[in-house]
Amino acid sequence: MQLRVVCALGGCLFSVAATAAVLPEDRADVLYHRYEGGGMTIDGPSVLVRKSIGGRVSVSANQYVDSVSAASVDVLASASPYTEERTEKSLGVDYLVGKAIYSLSYTGSEENDYEASTVSFGASQDFFGDLTTLSFGYARGDDTVRRRGDALFEEQAERQHFRFGVTQVITRNMIMALGHEFVSDEGFLNNPYRSVRYRTAVGYASQPEVYPNTRSSEATALRAGYYLPWRAAVHAEYRWFSDSWGISSRDWRIAYVFPFRTHWEFELNYRDYEQSGADFYSDLFPYQDAQTFLARDKEMSDFTSTSYGMAASWEFLKGRFRLIDRVGLRIAVDRYAFDYQNFRDITVKGLPVGAEPLYAFKATVSQVLLSVWY
Amino acid sequence: MKLLIVLLLLPIVLSGCAIKPWVKPYERARLAEPVMNLNRHPASNAYMHHVHQAREGARGAEGGAGGGCGCN
Repeated sequence: MQLRVVCALGGCLFSVAATAAVLPEDRADVLYHRYEGGGMTIDGPSVLVRKSIGGRVSVSANQYVDSVSAASVDVLASASPYTEERTEKSLGVDYLVGKAIYSLSYTGSEENDYEASTVSFGASQDFFGDLTTLSFGYARGDDTVRRRGDALFEEQAERQHFRFGVTQVITRNMIMALGHEFVSDEGFLNNPYRSVRYRTAVGYASQPEVYPNTRSSEATALRAGYYLPWRAAVHAEYRWFSDSWGISSRDWRIAYVFPFRTHWEFELNYRDYEQSGADFYSDLFPYQDAQTFLARDKEMSDFTSTSYGMAASWEFLKGRFRLIDRVGLRIAVDRYAFDYQNFRDITVKGLPVGAEPLYAFKATVSQVLLSVWY
Repeated sequence: MKLLIVLLLLPIVLSGCAIKPWVKPYERARLAEPVMNLNRHPASNAYMHHVHQAREGARGAEGGAGGGCGCN
């Protein structure tokens, strides 16, 4: 089970125009992605194809696969390592009318114990001499949650997203974007496999997690791109987040992008994420059924995450073939460090209950992207 | 936060009174450079959002791409 289908928004099909109303480029991408860290290895391909029709319509299709080999601290604490696969398929269409683009997409995701489908609609419009782009979007997702080994278990969850954004040309060297998104969930929102622990006379025991049946969240992000005199750019972003479960976070990222000679481009980036956990989270509850809602999901704890990464792109075969404009190869590696402030590693034995070391792990995210523009 | 929103929206409001945009179309060559594109590689961006969503409590306002699950 891959947990918490958070935001199946149709992936990259839900994107909105960053500047003037222009349909996305015709291109085909084949991405190999790999996440490795904290006992998890997740890899697989993602294939995205986009083609315009008649200059006003652009259609896209994406298939994304996650092959999971799971032996994380959560899994080792209460179950056996497992493997599974998730496949996500998306179809989308963008329609250009004057200075507006309307987008519609459908995404379906399947794994052995979770199904999710999402329909999304978006629109963007240029104003004020094409210096300003306003956009909005709506998405609705319906999930079915099952549990391996329990044929009778089946729960539902539904999700709605409301998005608003404005992109503004500030100067001839600078562009900024402000985005806001409200997400509302209702239904079975927790993981049917996870449990909390509570103190007993002889140590600790476990009971299933209990989450509220509703959740609403708001996120606001401010982004800026600045063109540097030596034909390079700095991109920066800052995001605020809070939800009705008491989780709040902020993250920021900065990236430096620069070309090298004619065909190369490099990117260096740094990201910092900091979160305070849910009101009903605890690493160790004092006794069984200590409160109405119970969570010991490390993604809902207090923690920080930092990452730094780099990417190198190479474009070649430009103009060599009649049907192909150019080909690109991009390799990216990001290194993450997660440090938890109130989630303990209970796989460490021989220590008093509640005195186990705080959990921390590092992860590496690798990508190889082959793109063909046509 | 409110101040930031006001600062960002201010040029829009002011431009409503202006006759011509303050950055002319022929002055936007730098903004059109590939290095300025915020979503240069959509498949890669979507994947990175997925990586974050799966391991962090935050969600939303990712800037165009989303999609995916959380993983143990």
